Amino acid sequence: MSAEHWLFFFFAGVAVLGALNLILQRHPIHSALSLILVMASLAVLYLLLGAEFIAAIQIIVYAGAIMVLFVFVIMVLNAGEEERTSLSRVAKFVGLPLAAVFLVEVCYVLYRAWPSEQMVVPERFLGRTEDIGKALYGEFLLPFELTAILILIALVGAVVLAQKEP
Amino acid sequence: MSEWIGRHPELLVAGLKAGVLIFVLLTAVAYMVWFERKLIAHIQSRWGPYRVGPHGLLQPLADGLKFLFKEDIILTNVTSRFVYLFAPFLSLALALLAVAVIPFGPEEFELLGTRTGFYVADINVGLLFVLAVTSLGVYGVVLAGWSSNSKYPLLGGLRSAAQMISYELALTFAVVGVLLLAGTLSLREIVAGQSGTWAGFLPRWHVFPQFVAFVCFFVAGVAETNRTPFDLPEAESELVAGFHTEYSSLKFAMFFMAEYAHIITTSLLVTILFFGGWLSPFPDTAAWNFTRFLPSVLTAVLALLFFRDAFRLTNQYHRVLTFLICMGLAGLAFLLLHPTALILAQGPFWLLAKTGMFLFVFVWTRATLPRFRYDQLMAFGWKLLVPLAVLNVFVTSFVVAWRAD
Repeated sequence: MSAEHWLFFFFAGVAVLGALNLILQRHPIHSALSLILVMASLAVLYLLLGAEFIAAIQIIVYAGAIMVLFVFVIMVLNAGEEERTSLSRVAKFVGLPLAAVFLVEVCYVLYRAWPSEQMVVPERFLGRTEDIGKALYGEFLLPFELTAILILIALVGAVVLAQKEP
Repeated sequence: MSEWIGRHPELLVAGLKAGVLIFVLLTAVAYMVWFERKLIAHIQSRWGPYRVGPHGLLQPLADGLKFLFKEDIILTNVTSRFVYLFAPFLSLALALLAVAVIPFGPEEFELLGTRTGFYVADINVGLLFVLAVTSLGVYGVVLAGWSSNSKYPLLGGLRSAAQMISYELALTFAVVGVLLLAGTLSLREIVAGQSGTWAGFLPRWHVFPQFVAFVCFFVAGVAETNRTPFDLPEAESELVAGFHTEYSSLKFAMFFMAEYAHIITTSLLVTILFFGGWLSPFPDTAAWNFTRFLPSVLTAVLALLFFRDAFRLTNQYHRVLTFLICMGLAGLAFLLLHPTALILAQGPFWLLAKTGMFLFVFVWTRATLPRFRYDQLMAFGWKLLVPLAVLNVFVTSFVVAWRAD
């Protein structure tokens, strides 16, 4: 196995463990921190594919902006530890097996749809900043602009909702 | 293990360079504190540190030892022990990480059989890397404020989060103007693109066409480092010490060092983006060839100043130390005359000289300006800096598109 493989398995493992920790932690801040860890590991996986731009944007947007807002809100609300209620019996006995079946199913469908030789490989992946810019502002211009307008509408909506009654 | 390293000498070289850079950076941070104390003192007609070493030059060492020997108080009623202990490390690690992609000079040289240059990592999204790492820096402050389980740190952490998110927007928009002109995200190429002159004397630095962006970037940079006049997260008259109130000893020192490392990173970045990085401000013609000797001459002048002090100071130890520093500087001045050293020193010299200028401005603003009120801070960021930076992006992109036709 090459160094890339080791790096991939290490950071993929960190991402999965971080995601598990996100669910298992009882304190919202700890969960938020785990989510940041997941984001950072995903950024490394993007880097391994040669998609430097996406990796950097992943950190800047998700870890640097969105998660800061999450942490900010948790702090403002001063959210305490969550209280656990005992699981319902159905969830206890049927939940885990069903989840396992679902996971296997997803893996199988994904593998059928994209066999390993069709997956993204570092050399063939065009992840340079220029390629992404050209794709966004050329081929995918309409969806890109529509997404921008959607976000703008959400922003205006948030402002209107937050406005005090006159 | 050694065999594996033998097959990958570039890893050893990178590790070596990273070690040297961290050592230099931490020393620079320590002396930045000395520089700030000294400069503010002189602005306020005081002497500043003067007792420990000649001109207080050993003060950083004494401060470091003091931090090391202070009692390390670890609170027991913190909200989260892990986060409380983790925050200072995160703060310092991220502050040191950003410098890894800064290029210090254009020259390449051989080290352990590997061709390498004045940088630890040369990645082609270097600018985004710096922005990403600095955008993560807010976590150190926020988590420290939250985990301390105390009112003042919490308020400091909240203020810091709001402030950093707000000013990061202006900072990023200001950078876009430069990117439009440079057409690359690699810091090395951004600097290389600024070489040459306009009309034979004016260097082609981005600061001239992008003056608005430069102002936005620098102001937002000062705000990002939580410095006066934007030091609301640690406003001592309101919040005791803000987010690091509950930290002592080395953990406090880590926050302290992180702040100064951030200042140095921001100054380096301003220099690289707007002031031509390692490029000399003088035209690249035979008539200006003599400016190549400036590093050596300035070192010699500094050595002479220390030489004068060696006879003027009254304290015996200080005189000996001053004389030793003088000898060291004189030796460095001679070394810099060597043809190879002359060429290699050009880039780092100009980069550090310009960076030093911005470090001066950082301290100068702290000594001069009073603190913003919180609503003023937000209004300034959102209603002035962000629109200004966006307007600059508009105008720049129109000009770039018009010129491309």
